[in-house]
Amino acid sequence: MSDLVNLLFTPPLGILVAVLLVVVFVFTNSAVLVYVERKLCGHIQRRPGPYEVGPFGILQTAIDGLKLMGKQILIPNGADRKLFMLAPILSFVPPIVAMIVVPFSDSVQVRDLDIGVLFVLSLAAVNVLAILIAGWASSNKYALFGAIRAVAQNVAYEIPLLISLLTAVLWTGSFKLSAFVDAQTGSVLEGANWFVFTPWGFVAFMVYFITGMAETNRAPFDMPEAESELTAGFHTEYSGMGFGLFFLGEYTNMLLMASIATTLFLGGYHLPFVTLGGSGFFIELMQVCIFLLKTYGLIFIMIWIRWTFPRVRFDQLMNFCWKFLIPVSMINLAVTAIVLKLGEL
Amino acid sequence: MIPNPDPTQETLVLNMGPQHPSTHGVLRIVLKMDGEYVLEAEPILGYGHRMHEKMGEVRNHKGFYANVGRMDYGGALSFGHGHVLGVERLSSIEVPERAEYIRVLTTELNRVASHLLWFGAYLLDLGAFTPILYAFDDREFILDLLEHLTGARITFSYFRIGGVCCDVDDKFLDGAKIFVKRMRERLPMYHKLVTGNIIFRKRAEDVGIVTRDMALKYGATGPVIRGCGIDYDIRKTEPYSVYPDFDFDIPTDDKGDCMSRYKVRMEEIEQSLRIIEQAIEKLPEGPVMGEKVPKKIKSSGDCYMAVEAARGELGYYLACDGTDTPYRMKIRSPSYSNLSLLKELTSGILLSDLVSVMGSLDLVIPEIDR
Repeated sequence: MSDLVNLLFTPPLGILVAVLLVVVFVFTNSAVLVYVERKLCGHIQRRPGPYEVGPFGILQTAIDGLKLMGKQILIPNGADRKLFMLAPILSFVPPIVAMIVVPFSDSVQVRDLDIGVLFVLSLAAVNVLAILIAGWASSNKYALFGAIRAVAQNVAYEIPLLISLLTAVLWTGSFKLSAFVDAQTGSVLEGANWFVFTPWGFVAFMVYFITGMAETNRAPFDMPEAESELTAGFHTEYSGMGFGLFFLGEYTNMLLMASIATTLFLGGYHLPFVTLGGSGFFIELMQVCIFLLKTYGLIFIMIWIRWTFPRVRFDQLMNFCWKFLIPVSMINLAVTAIVLKLGEL
Repeated sequence: MIPNPDPTQETLVLNMGPQHPSTHGVLRIVLKMDGEYVLEAEPILGYGHRMHEKMGEVRNHKGFYANVGRMDYGGALSFGHGHVLGVERLSSIEVPERAEYIRVLTTELNRVASHLLWFGAYLLDLGAFTPILYAFDDREFILDLLEHLTGARITFSYFRIGGVCCDVDDKFLDGAKIFVKRMRERLPMYHKLVTGNIIFRKRAEDVGIVTRDMALKYGATGPVIRGCGIDYDIRKTEPYSVYPDFDFDIPTDDKGDCMSRYKVRMEEIEQSLRIIEQAIEKLPEGPVMGEKVPKKIKSSGDCYMAVEAARGELGYYLACDGTDTPYRMKIRSPSYSNLSLLKELTSGILLSDLVSVMGSLDLVIPEIDR
């Protein structure tokens, strides 16, 4: 038995198994999140949400997935066929790849890269490329508008996102994601253990959370797919699984964004008061549960915000980023640097 | 395509509609765009034209009455009210007082339903999905009440020339009382959820400003003209039916932007609730149908009968030549005049603002394309 475990979880086979597990997790997450979002928004809007398919409607996502798979993928006349097919894949694959550096517990982590934060950021940035390609290749004016908005928005919001993450990096002194978790152990009573409990950490977290919502194109920042203005924005021409992959990509991006927030700012898989020491199956299980609880808590807040607020206007969105978020995050970075330097002296 | 010598001067023509989520029907707007900015917005009508006015000239008065509700799915009863009042004036038909009270009571309920529909749809245009379901919850209450009374939920054919088709019962009156109470409790929640929201305010304030001159020039009526400080409401300026018996205010706002129109409509809901309350209280006893209403309603002469519909002044011009069918019928529908503002309002603004402005004008397309 232990031979088999060793074989399955050590390289070279181990890497394959681990990557497969991440993919399975990501797919399950998307399926669950679609259901949870629909159910939650149903309850927010005083209606039951999906309830027909299966008990409490839990099979709704499966049925929807089957429906999407059964649909013909229409490629409009004049579209760039290759790019049109490439875009949904580009939107879906990078966030899955980025998930391999996320530490779920002490040992449940596929790869603890030394440049973990950079790795995640660079892969998350591919999303904007996918939207641009989708909008351009569709040969549709609404899609093009969506794509142009997406590029302007994502390029702008990437800057405060990066700076807020840099604040955390400065505080920890490492790009390694496990280092962030290790730096946030201990009890809150002995001093600020989670980065979010420090004033500059709190500011950085808020900036990260807002920009993260903008990066994943979620309402109220869903400019690229503003339904009442651009019908469906960049994915107007996509049908069937082409649309399905964008949809899955959005939920995977949400998961990635929330798990990075949990790792960098909310103590990863640690509790605020006690340190879960030692190793063993149950400790690991507890850690994974804590991690997922925090991550899905953040996702819940994102869903809540989406179903409560109207959409911001495009110029207000850009003004908010360039005139508020970027200065705030830069000042915050400078303050963090000064405080850390003073602490060293 | 001829290549443009100066690429910075290039414009993009965007076809908004006839199938588009925020045109609320089959309205088509051809937009000339410079990036995100709208240079020119040209509304193109006629996709839902059904020749209602022509039908009015080939059907007799009673036969045409079924058409009126089809023009405005939001506030069908106001459209019926204008028509029956016009025919009654031409043919000198007396209407019992109880019938007029019931007409006002149901019309005001319908007005609240129409404003609730607008409230939800406007917020939907601005990207907030939740308020429409809250508004529809309340609207459903009204529709259930009216269904109980009239048998229909949208295209009511409840009024008759000379009265209304059936009397109200206690269930309806009690339901209306409960609704007034319930709506007064719900309105603060709407204000809490929407009116104070910073994103909403940024989207509605100082957007699409209608000046007094513009409103008068284009013949805008209803909440659009009241939103720029002119208290023009047919119920007060040319009182008809039993409106003089009621105590209510005409809400106005001076700024003329989308927020003003929003505030005016929300305030109008409260005023309508006041009228409903008074109508239930003062409801006189008696018949609901005039006794001397002829089978064939012959009328001669012409008249213009204007009523205040949910969206503004609704006028029926009827020219009759002694038969029971009008020789000529012209309907002045409020959304048509309000839509004509769009071109001037939207030149040089953002695409997102265009959606906001269109939503705040509360356009009902079947009523524009009659």
